[in-house]
Amino acid sequence: MSNAFSWNLWSDFLSMWQYDFIRHAFEAGTMVAVVAGVVGYFVVIRRLSFAAHALSHIGFAGAAGAVLINLNPIVGLLVFTSGGGAGMAVLGKRAASRDVQIGTVLAFMLGLGVLFISLYKGYATEAYSLLFGEILGISSGDVVVTLIAAVVTLLAVTLMYRRLLFTSLDEDVAEAKGVSVLGMNIAFMLLVALATSIAVQVVGVLLIFALMVTPAAIGERLSRQPLKGIGLAVMVALICTWFGLFISFYQPYPVSFFITSAVFSLYLIVRLIQLKGWTKRDTINLPISKNKYSQKTS
Amino acid sequence: MPKNASKVIVKASNLSASYGQHLLWRSASFSIYKGEFIGVLGPNGAGKTALLRLLLGLNRSFKGKLEVFGLPPRRGNPRIGYIPQRRPVDDEVRIEAAEFVRLGIHGSRWGFCLPRSAKGERGQALEALKLVDAADLAHRSLGKLSGGELQRVFLAQALVGKPELLLLDEPLANLDIRRETELVKLVSQVAASQHVAVMLIAHDINPLLPYVDRILYVVNGRIASGKLEEIVTTKGLTALYDAPVEVLRDSHGRVAVLGTEEAAHHE
Repeated sequence: MSNAFSWNLWSDFLSMWQYDFIRHAFEAGTMVAVVAGVVGYFVVIRRLSFAAHALSHIGFAGAAGAVLINLNPIVGLLVFTSGGGAGMAVLGKRAASRDVQIGTVLAFMLGLGVLFISLYKGYATEAYSLLFGEILGISSGDVVVTLIAAVVTLLAVTLMYRRLLFTSLDEDVAEAKGVSVLGMNIAFMLLVALATSIAVQVVGVLLIFALMVTPAAIGERLSRQPLKGIGLAVMVALICTWFGLFISFYQPYPVSFFITSAVFSLYLIVRLIQLKGWTKRDTINLPISKNKYSQKTS
Repeated sequence: MPKNASKVIVKASNLSASYGQHLLWRSASFSIYKGEFIGVLGPNGAGKTALLRLLLGLNRSFKGKLEVFGLPPRRGNPRIGYIPQRRPVDDEVRIEAAEFVRLGIHGSRWGFCLPRSAKGERGQALEALKLVDAADLAHRSLGKLSGGELQRVFLAQALVGKPELLLLDEPLANLDIRRETELVKLVSQVAASQHVAVMLIAHDINPLLPYVDRILYVVNGRIASGKLEEIVTTKGLTALYDAPVEVLRDSHGRVAVLGTEEAAHHE
């Protein structure tokens, strides 16, 4: 789009809204932002951001494979991310935070995806949109799929909220209190798989961090209460997605770039503000020594 | 006779526990009574944590008879409060202490907490924090708390569900001597005021000395229970360890156990 902004942003927005592809983009983008903010919050407090990142790469192989056999890429995404997520959960939370192993699988999956893409004799744009997102190319069918996935994810989080929080923060006590930690981990990784699969449409496999992790990390940094943190995460994801879509209507550059830049800028601002305010008040005074006897020798 | 002898809350007879294929201890018989403060001692790997896990219903591979509040142990028993052995909390954790304590109330339920009951829950969490002298920590981030502060928050979380038995797995680890003493004193005071029995696993008996009613000594595949003076003696421990062990007492009544692997750590 080569039009320029007018001074009236609202009328700009209305003229934009006449286009189907813009409406679809806003609809899908909004749903994805909400889901990514909610699920992302738990990804952050569970310290699973790298695992989530890896899941999207596993999904890339699935999506590319689906394209190769003439299926909708979202089917491949869902199948592969769910399989990968369940696998990580079954191997245990500690396995999900092992970066070397996860990285190895991630690279392999990306390689597999490249093979599938090269076997596919169609357009190279398919690979590009999987990797970096192609929200302006979303069809009304994709919007419906996104809606279903979003509703399922949000309902599941609502249903499991307290147990999810408990196992995220205090696994051992939750287990003693009768919560099935393994069950929660599997359920949660499936939610991450679902959220990742729909978020790929917006920012693509490689930029998934920008929607799934960074807004949630901002929310978590700014609030000490989970519900507020989740609310903030959703707000950040929403604002950045809308901002990216709005700007990109007038600029020839990719939406993903604007979304990721907005997210990055907000993160930077929050970190800088907190750097000033926090270092003085809360100095870290955890025991450094892991040897419980070292302090008793007096 | 222990106080409240009529009210047995834990009764083990001829109990054996194993970890996988490995037998930890066997033929243990002991009872724990309402409101008692029990120190659980013994070398690493002897099966102290396994004992707590049996009571919590987390480990089902035991033989013999075990009753907790008159019933077989089961997971999620609301009459038990538990502090597992903790690794230090990541200093990036921002959740405030009050929210963490709140998980001890209905954290294991499905679904959401309605705003109305959320307020009540937060009130209960603040009460529990007050009880352990940690009201000022309510809105501090968990990751920013010191080891001693964290233990008080954990204690509040274990107490918030109004349990009748507290199982504390090495709460004194990573604390300096002064904080150890303070924490044990706090646990003992709270236990007395709330009528809660306590089983506290520790490596060193000394911080427990003024408060402990009885001890369970887990060593060498066995569990001995009794008064401190009966068990932690040169004769008693030599028999338990099946090795020459010597128990010394200093002018303050503090105990030093020589000849065990723990003694080596204290050098």
